[in-house]
Amino acid sequence: MVVQVEDSQLVKQYILGDEKAIEALINRHNSRLTGFIYSKVGDRELTEDIFQDTFMKVIRTLKRGAYNEEGKFLPWVMRIAHNLVIDHFRKHNRMPMYNSKESYNIFSLLGDDRLNAEKQLIKEQIDTDLLRMIKELPEDQQEVLEMRIYKDMSFKEISDNTGVSINTALGRMRYALINLRKLVEANNIVLTN
Amino acid sequence: MEKIYTKNQSNTKEVKAKPETIQFLLSYSKSLNITEADGLQFETNLN
Repeated sequence: MVVQVEDSQLVKQYILGDEKAIEALINRHNSRLTGFIYSKVGDRELTEDIFQDTFMKVIRTLKRGAYNEEGKFLPWVMRIAHNLVIDHFRKHNRMPMYNSKESYNIFSLLGDDRLNAEKQLIKEQIDTDLLRMIKELPEDQQEVLEMRIYKDMSFKEISDNTGVSINTALGRMRYALINLRKLVEANNIVLTN
Repeated sequence: MEKIYTKNQSNTKEVKAKPETIQFLLSYSKSLNITEADGLQFETNLN
């Protein structure tokens, strides 16, 4: 009977210097991660590059001792890959391709307001990042921010609901935004689509 | 009873990173060395 060693055990062994452990981890998750990246980018070569960059980041983080055991290994790796996919699309968007040979393009007249797959992916990432940061705010600030931004309530309504004065609610909102900016800077997060 | 011979036709091809990529990563891992001095970490690649 073959007993499969847990990811967390392999991570520990690797941190302690066992190079075989990273090989086992890469081989174990090769197919799943490659499939995940390929499903997002749809290009074999690019998938290979992102796969490589993902594991280079994993290796550096583990060797630097910066990996925390809070989450599971695979979701963490997937998240790195996901971020790298987004980085790729962001870079790609900065260099749009124009076809000057076409004098008339019907698609320049027909607009589609919906977000395309790339932008949808980026939007999801931004929403997740933002929500995670909001959760880090003090509860009173979180409450005001959620009521104002997500529930679209006026400061008068917030004041009535929370039992604090309008000025206090305004102050909490202000501090919530200041703290969010600090968190964005501290975590090096880009919140633009 | 009629014999039905079915052939397992899977259209899905498993995508996997190339062995060269894996080999590169393993070499990278072996060559990467992190040293710490005065609370700062330095990466060195010993090729």
